[in-house]
Amino acid sequence: MKKDPAFRQQLRTRQLRGRSFSVLFLMATLTGILVLTVLLVDVLRDGIGWLDWQFITSYPSRKPDEAGVLSALFGTLWVMVLTALFSLPVGVGTAIYLEEYAPDNRLRRLIQTNINNLAGVPSIVYGLLGLSLFVQALALGRSVLAGALTMTLMSLPVIIIAAQEAIRSVPQAHRLGAYALGATCWQVVRHIVLPSALPGVLTGSILAMSRAIGEAAPMIAISALVYLTFIPTSIMDRFTVLPIQIFNWVSRPQAEFGNLAAAGIIVLLVVLLSMNATAIILRNRYQRRTEE
Amino acid sequence: MTMKVRESIPSPRRVRRQNPLGERGIQGLLLACALVSIFTTIGIVVMLVVQALGFFRSVSIIEFLSGTKWTPLFQPQHFGVLPLVGGTLLTAGIAILVALPVGLASAIYLSEYARDRVRRAVKPLLEILAGIPTVVYGFFALTFVTPLLRNIFPSMIVFNALSAGLVMGVMIIPMVSSLSEDAMMAVPRSLRDAAYGLGATRLEVATRVVMPAAVSGIVAACILALSRAIGETMIVAIAAGSTPKLTLNPLESIQTMTSYIIQVSLGETPHGTVEYYTIFAVGLLLFVMTLLMNLFSQWFVRRYRERY
Repeated sequence: MKKDPAFRQQLRTRQLRGRSFSVLFLMATLTGILVLTVLLVDVLRDGIGWLDWQFITSYPSRKPDEAGVLSALFGTLWVMVLTALFSLPVGVGTAIYLEEYAPDNRLRRLIQTNINNLAGVPSIVYGLLGLSLFVQALALGRSVLAGALTMTLMSLPVIIIAAQEAIRSVPQAHRLGAYALGATCWQVVRHIVLPSALPGVLTGSILAMSRAIGEAAPMIAISALVYLTFIPTSIMDRFTVLPIQIFNWVSRPQAEFGNLAAAGIIVLLVVLLSMNATAIILRNRYQRRTEE
Repeated sequence: MTMKVRESIPSPRRVRRQNPLGERGIQGLLLACALVSIFTTIGIVVMLVVQALGFFRSVSIIEFLSGTKWTPLFQPQHFGVLPLVGGTLLTAGIAILVALPVGLASAIYLSEYARDRVRRAVKPLLEILAGIPTVVYGFFALTFVTPLLRNIFPSMIVFNALSAGLVMGVMIIPMVSSLSEDAMMAVPRSLRDAAYGLGATRLEVATRVVMPAAVSGIVAACILALSRAIGETMIVAIAAGSTPKLTLNPLESIQTMTSYIIQVSLGETPHGTVEYYTIFAVGLLLFVMTLLMNLFSQWFVRRYRERY
């Protein structure tokens, strides 16, 4: 059998094919990373020269040399803080209800399926919802509040799913132990489940929110305005956010605005990166504390 | 409302009676949180349908769904949505042509070839790729990919479906690859060992044993990625142009459903006009399309999952 030349020939081709495909698979895996590198280098090359203190502290302007991201940066921070205030309690509350309270009945399955489907709704549809519900029906206008509420609805499904995963990872034995000591359902949640699920909940929620903060589409539907030369001082003020400002600059034909867009992208990426870093730091800190 | 705790957990009824208001209040509050998601869905459906009805009072559904001219913003007005749907499917199709082979190959690599250390290094990088804001991808498509492509196709215009579709494909690679990888990792080790025992090469194990066993997850991943591509907005709004056109030529400027909504949102279209209501009719169609695809992928996984 081993000396059968036809078999050996076939074995060689099979092994050769295997080897060449393994190279192909590795290259496919590296494609994404390669594009990521090229993208970051492209953005840095175009934008880093335009990124200075003047850029951070100036309002948008028709003259590229004087333009900056001040109003957009503060708009993003406003929306981010308000979204966190709204979506964290509601999202974690939903996750607790589904994991700890809800009996396994039709309502629970309905809510769960519904959340999975909401996570797949295109972001622009949330923009339309915000436009007709918050901006018009509730007469909030094109305000920071309307923007943050829209962001909240959009980021909720992802936050809920992340929080559920974290809550599910708490060992059942811990719950049963507390129940055996006579704890109520809420006492178990408050003292047993939440403390050990918190790092996971926080990490997941912050990651979900950082995705939402980078979204431009729903915010354009809410706040069409792009030239803002003031920082919002109340939740009813008009606002703009970094992704809108970047979009505005990208859509201009002059090359200088392309550079401004790249500089704006760097600022946006730094904001998102610091959110992710916060998530990681929080997770590490709490994890250590619960392990002690 | 009855107090029920899931079966596995003994109901602490006695304690609750001592402090019924607090416990019940908290449970009610948590239920209210959970109902927010139900009301969101109701809100989306009611809002889209009601506003779209404002549009369908002036334009018949048949004209909307079968017309091949979309010129709502200038005279003579035509309200045929097919050019927008065509543009959407063209860019999403290009995206899936990129993401399917690359994502699948990288899923095979990560689940069948890569050592643990490599996987731990590569997966976070792919997650970063998925976390890049779409407006950044749009910038990349317009300022990097388009000039590059124009060296190859000198006749190509600045705004085109190809560049937007390619970059969108890169954007959904992590989705295809991580969902397919999950499906492949779920295939039991014993199946692979049996194939290796028969003398199969790694490639043969991957393509003839693991992939067929994971096919339901892989198909679901592709449908979800396609639905994501259809709903993607900023890349096409920046790089694909704003010319509604029924064409299969990826070098031309087109307009997608999502980028049309953005175009109207940016303009000063007065509230209450037919032009204003068009975005809700288009939004409703977009919502229905993506919802059907998401439901289909969920059904597909349930129906065709191999159980071990």
